[in-house]
Amino acid sequence: MTYFPEEVVEHIFSFLPSHSDRNTVSLVCKVWYEVERLSRRAVFVGNCYAVRPERVVLRFPNVKALTVKGKPHFADFNLVPPDWGGYAGPWIEAAARSCVGLEELRMKRMVVSDENLELLARSFPRFKVLVLISCEGFSTDGLAAIASHCKLLRELDLQENDVEDRGPRWLSFFPDSCTSLVSLNFACIKGEVNSGALERLVARSPNLRSLRLNRSVSVDTLSKILVRTPNLEDLGTGNLTDEFQAESYARLTSALEKCKMLRSLSGFWDASPICVPYIYPLCHQLTGLNLSYTPTLDYSDLTKMVSRCVKLQRLWVLDCISDKGLQVVASSCKDLQELRVFPSDFYVAGASAVTEEGLVAISSGCPKLSSLLYFCHQMTNEALITVAKNCPNFIRFRLCILEPKKPDAMTGQPLDEGFGAIVRECKGLRRLSMSGLLTDKVFMYIGKYAKYLEMLSIAFAGDSDKGMMDVMNGCKNLRKLEIRDSPFGDVALLGNVAKYETMRSLWMSSCNVTLKGCQVLASKMPMLNVEIMNELDGSSEMEENHADLSKVDKLYVSEMEENHTDLSKVDKLYVYRTTAGARDDAPNFVKIL
Amino acid sequence: MSPPLELDYIGLSPPPAAAAAADADDDLKGTELRLGLPGSGSPDRRVAAATTTTLDLLPAKGAKRGFSDEAPPPSPAATAGKGKKVAEEEEDDKKVTATPQPAAKAQVVGWPPIRSYRKNTMATTQLKGSKEDAEAKQGQGFLYVKVSMDGAPYLRKIDLKTYKNYKDLSTALEKMFSGFNAGKDGLSDYRKDGEYVLTYEDKDGDWMLVGDVPWEMFADSCRRLRIMKGSDAIGLAPRAADKSKNRN
Repeated sequence: MTYFPEEVVEHIFSFLPSHSDRNTVSLVCKVWYEVERLSRRAVFVGNCYAVRPERVVLRFPNVKALTVKGKPHFADFNLVPPDWGGYAGPWIEAAARSCVGLEELRMKRMVVSDENLELLARSFPRFKVLVLISCEGFSTDGLAAIASHCKLLRELDLQENDVEDRGPRWLSFFPDSCTSLVSLNFACIKGEVNSGALERLVARSPNLRSLRLNRSVSVDTLSKILVRTPNLEDLGTGNLTDEFQAESYARLTSALEKCKMLRSLSGFWDASPICVPYIYPLCHQLTGLNLSYTPTLDYSDLTKMVSRCVKLQRLWVLDCISDKGLQVVASSCKDLQELRVFPSDFYVAGASAVTEEGLVAISSGCPKLSSLLYFCHQMTNEALITVAKNCPNFIRFRLCILEPKKPDAMTGQPLDEGFGAIVRECKGLRRLSMSGLLTDKVFMYIGKYAKYLEMLSIAFAGDSDKGMMDVMNGCKNLRKLEIRDSPFGDVALLGNVAKYETMRSLWMSSCNVTLKGCQVLASKMPMLNVEIMNELDGSSEMEENHADLSKVDKLYVSEMEENHTDLSKVDKLYVYRTTAGARDDAPNFVKIL
Repeated sequence: MSPPLELDYIGLSPPPAAAAAADADDDLKGTELRLGLPGSGSPDRRVAAATTTTLDLLPAKGAKRGFSDEAPPPSPAATAGKGKKVAEEEEDDKKVTATPQPAAKAQVVGWPPIRSYRKNTMATTQLKGSKEDAEAKQGQGFLYVKVSMDGAPYLRKIDLKTYKNYKDLSTALEKMFSGFNAGKDGLSDYRKDGEYVLTYEDKDGDWMLVGDVPWEMFADSCRRLRIMKGSDAIGLAPRAADKSKNRN
């Protein structure tokens, strides 16, 4: 192929959609490396500390779409202390210097400041897409900067970010000349927005296909907006609790009915059960429905809605839907592919939360199910085995039994056999989260059968180092391993050190690894960053769960430098491969060995 | 498997036959969860006991843990650690593997694994809900308030509008929180202390003893409920036996 002119090679590469394929071809020879890097349009950086931003932008100067992920996944659950890192600044600054053609930026679990957003807004004249997921550190002022300067903005998608509210004016900063919006999601903005500005913005955005409002937007405003967006495909409602006024809701229904392209519905903030019938006309065309922020709808409201959603592919609900409700889902939603059942922190008196029965019902009614997140109170091996047989197509299987280490509810046995069946039957499984009582046996099964597993989350599981080692040795495609409160120690940590170079990261917290073990790892594997974290002040994030924590604190802080406490347990360990060396923005509670 | 309703999470077997239920009724006589409502001094709990599903979940007479054998009416064992042992101890025909739990009374950090955004959003929703419901006079057909019990691993929520009087409320709460009774023969600290006390937070943010005011007034002003340990409530809640006041 080196006989072809570079343009031809580049054209051939353009048919390679995946990052890993393009990474591979770039290794073939220098010519291909050059052709590939200059023609690369999308770069995905799974760990922002795995590579320096400057290096990325220098290698790929023509990149149009950059995706960067920051904090480890367990940061979602407050296991990573604040100020750990994951700053967007260096990435935006590097891109501003070297890739002014940047059009799309997607960031997850990163710390983004208003200054960063301002720089972003001013630096890239063709900027079109900004997606921020689970980020923090910015306010509505930063959004105002984006709105005012990104003249070609197509997508502003804010998912579950922690945004400081500085007033409603940000929305008014979209200039009258901005007519290019395709997707606008500000559901996570806590404060009011100016409804007039919102209506006008929507009115001049004929290409709008996805709109997710926040809970301040009233039913009336929503109705007015919907009249302008007959081509809307995805809608996140505002609040639906307005004191019940039949007129408002009737207007809403008639506006909704005009949205023939509407496929996906979410929001339902504070939704009153009264609003439910007004949504009925839409249900038959929905493929996605997110009711997981609506604890005010009970089992009967939910089932009345869901039973009409015969085309549903993706459903997110709270567990107040109950097992009975899930049976209704199973019999109505035959195309279901993704189900998430979240715990509500209350039960409506008289209804129940979900158990293994609901899951079994879903599995037998919805054989296309491939992605599951299920919070429940109990599970049995028998149920899991049944589910595995019914749904061999699982790609993502996440089961969270609320009580740690809870055994099989019928037999009292560990749930090894159940999860073993899942990994054995679901040959394409890529992501697995487990819970309940689990011994080393389940890890033996995982190592043996889960050949395509890429991400594994373990909590309160296992008996010995052998468990973790079976996973490390057996799962050839493992990329992310995160473990908490499990009895794996230095032997497991050091059992297969070369493996870490093939993985993105390892997280271990409240396990049995010691400082010494981590030091050995760091010295053997210079291309890894071995980060150790400790709570110096015993802050509230580290509650009484760990008996020896205070001991570790004192020892660690006072004697760390003198190596007296090599055998003290490390509370949090984060290991990741990197070409960037030790990072220079680590806070004082992070030690990089 | 079928004990339905809110006690599923305990993971217990289907209810035994009615005869056993009657037996268990006796066992329940000195039932542990006593809310100490004023005037509720002598618990004639038979009616309540017979109708609760809780009943079915307790061991039949002759089980190794006989409630009626305990001299002082035992209190619920309500530490989180004990709560986790519920499944093991309430069933006598299920040998649930007794896994030693961390002795923590506090909730486990970062568990269950739910994003902070979701937790915060739901908290706001429910705060709004209960606040508005408690203050609005019309429209809403429900009045959800949170119920916490000291030492229980999670809270519950109930609709005050479904109850007509304090007795109904007390019964419902007993049902809901009986799961945290457990404590078998390894006694918890609380059993010795005796009763629990039911308190509520009113519109002004003050913590009051449940039962002092007429039901309607209570339901109008109640924003959340807390089942306090008797030992904590000294000074606020005289023991129920001392109160002879009748309430509706």
